[in-house]
Amino acid sequence: MSSRRPTRIVGRPFTRVDGAAKVTGQTKFADDLALPRMLHCKLLRAKVAHARILAIDVSKALAAPGVVAVATGRDLPVPFGILPVSQDEHALCPDRVRYVGDPVAAIAATSEDAAFDALDLVRVEYEPLPPVGTIEEGLAPAAVPIHDHGDQGNIHKLVAMQFGDVDEGFARADRVYDNTYFYEGNTHLALEQHASVADFGPDGKLTLWSSTQTPHYVHRALAKVLGMPASRIRVIATPNGGGFGGKSDVFNHEIVVAHLSRVTGRPVKICLTREEVFYCHRGRHPTLMRVRTGVKKDGAITALHFQTALDGGGYGSYGVASTYYTGALQTVTYRVPTYRFEGARVFTNKPPCGPKRGHGTPQPRFALEAELDRIACDLGLDPAAIRREHLQPANSLTANYLRVGSMGLGACIDKVVAASGWKKRRGKLPFGRGLGIACSSYLTGAGLPIYWNQMPQSGVQLKVDRGGGVTVFCGSTEIGQGSDTILAAIVAEILGIDPLDIRLVTGDTDLTPVDLGSYSSRVTLMTGNAAIQAAERARELIAGAVAKKLELPPERIGFAEGRVFDVENPEKGMTFPEAAVAGESLHGTLGTVGHYRPPPSAGRYRGAGVGPSPAYSYSAAVVEVEVDPETGIYAVPKIWIAHDVGKCINAALVMGQVEGSVYMGLGEAMMEEMAYRTDANRNVVHKFPSVLEYKSPTTLEMPEVETFLVEDPDPNGPYGAKEVGQGPLLPIPPAVANAVYDAVGVRVDEVPVTPEKVRRALKAKAQGKPARVGPERFPAVPYPEPIHVRTPEEGGDGKAEDAPVTAAGGVR
Amino acid sequence: MMRLPRFRYFAPTSVKEALRIRAGEGESAAFVAGGTDLYPNMKRRQQTPKTVIGLSRIPSLARLRAGADGLRIGSAVPLSEIENHRKARRLFPALVHAVSEISTPPLRNMGTLGGNVLLDTRCNYYDQNYEWRQAIDFCMKKDGTVCWVAPGSPKCLAVQSADSVPILIALRARAVLASPGGEREIPLEELYANDGIRYLTKRPDELLTEIRIPPPDGWTASYRKLRRRGAFDFPVLAVGAAVRREGDRVAESRILLGAVASAPVRASRAEAVLAGRPLDGASIREASEAAAVVSRPMDNTDFSFLWRKEMTGQWVGMALGDLSRGG
Ligand SMILES: Cc1cc2nc3c(=O)[nH]c(=O)nc-3n(C[C@H](O)[C@H](O)[C@H](O)COP(=O)(O)OP(=O)(O)OC[C@H]3O[C@@H](n4cnc5c(N)ncnc54)[C@H](O)[C@@H]3O)c2cc1C
Ligand code: SF4
Repeated sequence: MSSRRPTRIVGRPFTRVDGAAKVTGQTKFADDLALPRMLHCKLLRAKVAHARILAIDVSKALAAPGVVAVATGRDLPVPFGILPVSQDEHALCPDRVRYVGDPVAAIAATSEDAAFDALDLVRVEYEPLPPVGTIEEGLAPAAVPIHDHGDQGNIHKLVAMQFGDVDEGFARADRVYDNTYFYEGNTHLALEQHASVADFGPDGKLTLWSSTQTPHYVHRALAKVLGMPASRIRVIATPNGGGFGGKSDVFNHEIVVAHLSRVTGRPVKICLTREEVFYCHRGRHPTLMRVRTGVKKDGAITALHFQTALDGGGYGSYGVASTYYTGALQTVTYRVPTYRFEGARVFTNKPPCGPKRGHGTPQPRFALEAELDRIACDLGLDPAAIRREHLQPANSLTANYLRVGSMGLGACIDKVVAASGWKKRRGKLPFGRGLGIACSSYLTGAGLPIYWNQMPQSGVQLKVDRGGGVTVFCGSTEIGQGSDTILAAIVAEILGIDPLDIRLVTGDTDLTPVDLGSYSSRVTLMTGNAAIQAAERARELIAGAVAKKLELPPERIGFAEGRVFDVENPEKGMTFPEAAVAGESLHGTLGTVGHYRPPPSAGRYRGAGVGPSPAYSYSAAVVEVEVDPETGIYAVPKIWIAHDVGKCINAALVMGQVEGSVYMGLGEAMMEEMAYRTDANRNVVHKFPSVLEYKSPTTLEMPEVETFLVEDPDPNGPYGAKEVGQGPLLPIPPAVANAVYDAVGVRVDEVPVTPEKVRRALKAKAQGKPARVGPERFPAVPYPEPIHVRTPEEGGDGKAEDAPVTAAGGVR
Repeated sequence: MMRLPRFRYFAPTSVKEALRIRAGEGESAAFVAGGTDLYPNMKRRQQTPKTVIGLSRIPSLARLRAGADGLRIGSAVPLSEIENHRKARRLFPALVHAVSEISTPPLRNMGTLGGNVLLDTRCNYYDQNYEWRQAIDFCMKKDGTVCWVAPGSPKCLAVQSADSVPILIALRARAVLASPGGEREIPLEELYANDGIRYLTKRPDELLTEIRIPPPDGWTASYRKLRRRGAFDFPVLAVGAAVRREGDRVAESRILLGAVASAPVRASRAEAVLAGRPLDGASIREASEAAAVVSRPMDNTDFSFLWRKEMTGQWVGMALGDLSRGG
């Protein structure tokens, strides 16, 4: 969806609308809010990883100075969860705790200090249960499973699907590879710690300000848990100081402060400590992977068999979707004619994992791209060429029925290969220096909403007042990515006004039409298309009125630089405010709406809901490393990255997202680990929930990054735009591992690629052992018999069949 | 947000007054200089003094002087002042380098040399907030009975982590301690004990007033630190090395390992290896191997302890390499 007129604002690197407030420290984040008579809330969190709650005594805490109210699980018995299939969380644990940090009681007091002091006065009696600390333990039979839902024991979800005749694909291969990989968990580390303020007013209505990426889902959960009509609840998403997926769930503290405000009749605020943010988590799932690949001698894949096992932590969160995502997007980059995917997610007694930038796809992308590097080296092929020559074509359907539209990966590869001097330098640098390449793709918005419905995924209302003021109302949530700026730019483009003149009302469930939230890289495409529709409708109304006044056909009316005029005689016309008056005089009050619904997906098998998207972005990166073989320490002096964004709405924001993604990807590649201790007391505790010891790179660790933007407009994107917020993270971890191999000839099949591992692999190599570090084996997972889907090439219709499919077209 | 517990605060303007307040308040009082170690520890309830005695208004502690007898650094001199001190940079570049690798620029504006020298020992089981420590039933260093790093250990194995210490000892620094009973000056080395809880030989009522470093007199020195990030991180292995040469041979050397025990570790065997030999590839290699033997890091910092141990020789080699080139 895009207009054909040449653009004046779209595509340029203009200033962001919230920039001045951000750089002068005037943006009001949730923790900046203070209301009269406000109380402060603290949560008492479990100190045991897995236990039954036998009794809670809050009497002493209630009597403590400054304490106004105390809540426990009994007060909020209704469960919730972000996915309809995983309603397994409680605002406060009623009878069981599932990780160290799980909240069991809440205190509202006149000061934060008083609330903190009272925490120690709450007595909780536990009956300890055996904790589950690892994927392997989660797969084992469980005497007391962590949840009573799930596929079996502590296995939350099992998935198995097969597309096409995989056996025949392997039979046709010249070589078959079989390797295991591991991707450690890591967390978002947004600078802003989650905060919320709830205010239950005398009118019986509740307002919640919260640093959330998904106000609409919070709204629904509050209505459910509090037992209040949604119409009496208003959720306002405050600007997020970074989200990255860490504020996409509904959180305990949001419901707790709402409840405490209701019982006390006073506003209640909470701001989590950094430790508590680590406990909220919802970050990257630690994932074990086994990859079997059948290839021809020229590197063409004939069959791919991908197995994953995810460590889910204590609750469902987005986990079912995450599990599917570890198998969904392998097919959109290179041609994979036959494909089998088996995935499993286990519950463990750790903070729940969920969506972090790239949601479920960086892990399999790491494995796939490392695998391709191995294959290329083994076959004596250039790792860049093996990718370039087997791309999934544009405008095609993949084996698992994902519809690829525009596809600029070839151009991306060409850019980074040329800029990095790949052909001259790869494999030819002195020992210790190396280059690695990797590619990736990501969704531009999930095709389906989180709960099943047929309503739009994004809506925009637009109001033009007689002073020429334009206000845009949209549920989208500014998490720093620039969603407000995109809305302003698109409306300003169409109405010919300055983006900074537009007033934006966003992320407010009372005032704005629903947008599902800032996740799955959906916002620019979906709100952008909705905004185009609303703005074009307003333009049409105004153009009609001006045309009438100027006695011209409406097609002759142009909008630019704050004027509405005759395109063939631009002096003839009026200012935008005058045009607004003309419009309102003719049509009455000026207001329009726009909405967006993604196209239906092609797959119709069970599980086909995860993966489809209106458009896929593509990235390619080359990473250079310098490895010290004596220590294993390596530096990354430079990264070249090219990203196919379809079309830049704002080039500065696009560059910012690419470089921010590179930065985050490099942190995951080199050092970040959401690590746990299981030794102390047989308790499972986060190793070090602090920003000092959770190692993440700082700006000083950031290498030089050369960014190329490839613009291959997609017909589904606004002006052709596709996503950029997540995709460019994905190629970085595998490109780092591949570069280390080029530099010193060892494989680190594990993220993060730490100096210890590089050194260990080098020592193994020196001793004549396999020159690698990585998981030795993939655990036995009781995957079910897969569903069988005939691929489009085999003449399939996207539906599952009862029995295995053979290439000949019959049923085996 | 993590909050400080309540405490009383005094801001004396002389050493005498500070000591008097300390004598009156007793064991529940703590001195504070920059507070970049003490206050975070108080927020985590690792230290819970009822009274805090600030040292930042005492002029004599904030003096930094270079003279014929070397460098005298008042205990409350901010780290950034040392970094920018012209004479210090010329006379003791290795010390200035070590200081410049402490934490971050804003923290170096607050943090002092005295605070660094007296820095609490560190451990991944201890530098955690109250709730986390509660979850592991605390440990011997605070509120508990067991050492989680080595449950059989009779003593705490928390790690000496101050960057300035190994290099100051290599430079033969001395510490001046004041108490109501008077003043004493000791070699800095003697300030430390290899016990993560009682890691200082200083009595709690003693105030560190000054660090004194004798003039170089032919000594050259180097400091090398292992950490995850170049931007900021505590050392998880550190080497402070100094040599005095006669001709091209090593007459004397002092090699100190940091962050591998609860006290700085002197690598005496490595020093002996170098004696009377030129600083060349062979002697450096032998000295590095000898130094690595006494490095016994535990699994309570960043990075795997086996790798840290393995890296000891490398780091000693790098420090001595600096000296062979620069000396
Ligand atoms: C994020 C972060 C990173 C850090 N990184 C490093 C690092 O890389 N390397 C490093 O070495 N340190 C590091 N530090 C620790 C600290 O900042 C420095 O060690 C600093 O020099 C401490 O000095 P201070 O004046 O702030 O100490 P304070 O906190 O004031 O005092 C430290 C201790 O010494 C006592 N004390 C202070 N002065 C005296 C005195 N004159 N007499 C008697 N007792 C006294 C105090 O009671 C307290 O127990 C870091 C700290 C933080 C928060
Ligand atoms: S070394 Fe042992 S006793 Fe000392 S702080 Fe660490 S866990 Fe506690």
